[in-house]
Amino acid sequence: METLPTVWFIVIAFFWTGYLFLEGFDLGVGMMMRGFARNNTERRVLLNTIGPVWDGNEVWLITAGAATFAAFPQWYAALFSGLYIPLVLVLLALIFRAVGIEYRGKVDSDRWRSGWDWAIALGSLVAAFGVGAMLGLTTTGLPLDANGDRVGGAFAWFNGYAVLGGLAVVGFCLVHAAAFLALKTDGDVRLRAKALVLRWLPVGLLPLAAWAAALVLRNGKTVTVVTLLVAAVGAVAAWLLAKAGRDGLSFAGLGIFLVAGTVTIFTAVFPTVLPSTLDEAFSLTVESASSSGYTLGVMSVVALFGIPAVLVYQGYTYWVFRKRVSSSAIPAAHAVVAQ
Amino acid sequence: MEALEIARWQFGITTVYHFLMVPLTIGLGLLVAIMHTAWYRTGKDQYLRMTKFWGKLFLINFIMGVATGLVQEFQFGMAWSEYSRFVGDVFGAPLAMEALLAFFVESIFLGLWIFGWGRLPKAVHLLSIWCASLATIASAYFILAANSWMQHPVGVEMIDGRPVMVDVWAVLTNNTLLVAFPHTIFGALSVAGGFLLGISWYHLWKRRRDGIDTVGADGRVVVGSDPARGRDAADHKVWLRSLRIGAVVAVVSFAGVSLTGDLQAKLMFDQQPMKMAAAEAACHDGTGFSILSVGDLGSNDCSDMVAVAELPGMLSFLANGDFDTDIRGINTLLPEYQERFGTHLPDNPIYGERAGTEIDYVPVMEVTYWGFRIMITFGMLAAAAAVVALWVVRKGTVPESKWLMRLAVFGILAPFGANSAGWIFTEMGRQPFVVAPNPDPDGIDNVFMFTAAAVSPGVSLGELIFSLSAFTLVYGALLVVEVKLLATYCRGGVPSAMPELQHGSTAEGAEKDDDGGPDGGDGTGGRVKDSGADDVLSFAY
Ligand code: HDD
Ligand code: HEM
Ligand code: HEM
Repeated sequence: METLPTVWFIVIAFFWTGYLFLEGFDLGVGMMMRGFARNNTERRVLLNTIGPVWDGNEVWLITAGAATFAAFPQWYAALFSGLYIPLVLVLLALIFRAVGIEYRGKVDSDRWRSGWDWAIALGSLVAAFGVGAMLGLTTTGLPLDANGDRVGGAFAWFNGYAVLGGLAVVGFCLVHAAAFLALKTDGDVRLRAKALVLRWLPVGLLPLAAWAAALVLRNGKTVTVVTLLVAAVGAVAAWLLAKAGRDGLSFAGLGIFLVAGTVTIFTAVFPTVLPSTLDEAFSLTVESASSSGYTLGVMSVVALFGIPAVLVYQGYTYWVFRKRVSSSAIPAAHAVVAQ
Repeated sequence: MEALEIARWQFGITTVYHFLMVPLTIGLGLLVAIMHTAWYRTGKDQYLRMTKFWGKLFLINFIMGVATGLVQEFQFGMAWSEYSRFVGDVFGAPLAMEALLAFFVESIFLGLWIFGWGRLPKAVHLLSIWCASLATIASAYFILAANSWMQHPVGVEMIDGRPVMVDVWAVLTNNTLLVAFPHTIFGALSVAGGFLLGISWYHLWKRRRDGIDTVGADGRVVVGSDPARGRDAADHKVWLRSLRIGAVVAVVSFAGVSLTGDLQAKLMFDQQPMKMAAAEAACHDGTGFSILSVGDLGSNDCSDMVAVAELPGMLSFLANGDFDTDIRGINTLLPEYQERFGTHLPDNPIYGERAGTEIDYVPVMEVTYWGFRIMITFGMLAAAAAVVALWVVRKGTVPESKWLMRLAVFGILAPFGANSAGWIFTEMGRQPFVVAPNPDPDGIDNVFMFTAAAVSPGVSLGELIFSLSAFTLVYGALLVVEVKLLATYCRGGVPSAMPELQHGSTAEGAEKDDDGGPDGGDGTGGRVKDSGADDVLSFAY
């Protein structure tokens, strides 16, 4: 009985980490649609780097949510209802972003395209910030009553940790996306992406590191000090490798930073899944929030088959679309012909 | 106004909206996979064009399904936290299975299919659309498992006041699910059938209007050609074949919904007798199926309901398969419900302001009565129109009449209407329960939940009003955008999905492209043959 909830805590941490790692760069690329990309061809280069994969990446978020519902209904209910307004904004942002990615090329008009470009850029930004705020608060707590309901009004959740979590995910996404573009594009876009990594990596990763460090201090577990150091090593390595022109390894370095960072965070809070800031007795823990052993057992069997399969065929898509995208290969836009 | 009311409106609006995209995704996905298979096996140009054209429309619609589905997934926790707490042990599992076993497959293989033209080995490319399509069907299965459990809870035991899953197999083979699933899939196919039929009719009509196709003395079509805009003989085949496929699918799927719907009705008479009585506005026990009842459907004491026209015996047939068993009406059922589940909501804070108020066991009869009839009528109309269409095009084209064309295009809406009506009936007919009690003698006692207890206690009215307005506005605007885009791409015909056709390249040109030629773009291909196979991914962007 003790082990299965813990296993599922790890599985959910795994889904969140996978989500941040994968959708991290496609959210970042989305934000860079304005600001970074200078013209329509560059925007299409950007979109084409994430085109075949972004939807699959987003399913990690759906799965993280659904797995939380199945394995920890109390956590799902308290967190999602407690953060009602931010989640509405995240959903709207994800809607605009998804529709924008798919629809921006469908009408040959500058106004149409620039409207959707803004939708993609702002949608990606708001979604990343909102998800970050939500993860930040699930580690530092909400004002929950004994039933697990948020008290204190629609904005009672708002505090510095929400902002820190939001900045952490936005910053990571931008750096991760720049490293991704350095790896996946050619020519001018690639050079600028590399410069961006070198200049902004320390700034971009700082909030996530600060969030992890704050939790290490609050919860004082020795292992987390070690994983935090691993994260730092990953970040430094990513920077040095980018400087040395090793795009692939630098991207991997960021991966190490993220994995070690989230491991730090989730280990630090374990076994609490959602602290109550009102009374520690109201905090939700791995034990108190979880489903029955039977449900967790069933879900374990499903995950045992499902997760490896996902890794295989999602890995296969990345392999199929592994080539760099270059602006010379982007043909002119075409209008739909009305007969 | 109460938070509960707003939360219900929000759930209803967002879900009905989601289910505008869903049946088209499920139905059209399967048909595109079949078209792609036909092309793979025969190499005929018209199948390639069909795959690309319908595939393009499929994708425009698909993304809206994805975007709105996200809201559904989060909404249980956001607005219905008490519900999520109560049922989480059994209800979350099918949702998680859906994500893990279906959504991943769907989105990843669709990405492979969209960008895989000319890049993947042909067989793998074909396999990818099949994986995506079958995954949409699998996702329907899992989500309907969750929904069927709300209609008819099985596989659980009450422990500490909550239903705890003890038998996942029972949940996944719930008899309610086993009939709702094929019913929903056939309903989705009927949407896709009507869609193919209406749009193809329009194009055949336009070829006649533009003088490309004419009709000979024997009434047979004389196919012409306007190769400059891709409207050659193969184009005619595209539309005629699509129209026939659409019509046949519409007819067959109506047979499917009728058979499964009949089974569903028989089950519902056992499982949720009040829902079916309300669907019939049947106040008194009897055997007749109401064709038209008048009176105040809104009043639930049934005092002034008069059946104007009835099919004697039909109701018994629907419920029992014979013509003379009396079916219990509302006046008989009401005291039974009151005795079993109480006349008033308990004085428990989870019911909020409604604690202690009287429970109304009769669903809103206008909705159930008309929902049931609209579902059946719209489906029937679409199928009848499809039969007529098959007969009209037997000589190879459609009449010149503009009105018939408009009717065919307008008719696309009928199966959508039937689907929405079906869901609204099913879901609102379940009220006042969000989890309906299972009345089987060996069923589970006390597993039920009133909708009034399900809403999130911590979420304020203001928050709900904000989200309801935001979603409704955004959804409304996006619906306009989607329909406009679909209409533009429909009007553009095949070249809107294969721009190379505009430049006068013929069937052979298109054929060549797919012999592993360098063109990767489903969309902008044709013109960039020299850029190397590596990096043209310009399908959509
Ligand atoms: C009978 C079928 C059916 C029903 C009743 C529902 N859906 Fe749905 N859903 C699908 C059939 C479907 C689909 C065919 O699989 C979709 C439609 C378009 C698409 O992309 O996949 C989809 C998409 C979709 C997505 C996005 C998946 C992705 O990114 O690929 C989510 C998260 C949900 N749905 C969740 C829900 C929830 C929580 C529902 C319950 C209220 C629900 N759907 C009702
Ligand atoms: C996609 C097809 C569906 C449609 C069109 C639909 C429609 C509706 C409607 C109209 C309501 C409002 C009923 C009322 O307020 O009286 C409702 C309620 C609800 N439905 Fe569905 N539904 C669908 C599928 C589902 C599924 C698959 C589930 C669960 C997995 C579900 C769960 C719920 C819940 C929890 C409510 C609670 C709110 C309430 O009862 O008012 N629905 N649905
Ligand atoms: C003779 C024709 C039909 C009969 C007898 C019939 C019967 C039924 C019944 C009894 C239900 C309610 C089941 C429940 O409460 O769970 C239902 C639901 C539904 N119907 Fe039909 N139906 C028919 C035609 C259609 C058509 C033509 C469509 C769509 C094209 C359709 C789509 C739906 C949908 C989407 C639902 C809700 C989902 C479900 O419970 O499966 N039905 N139908």
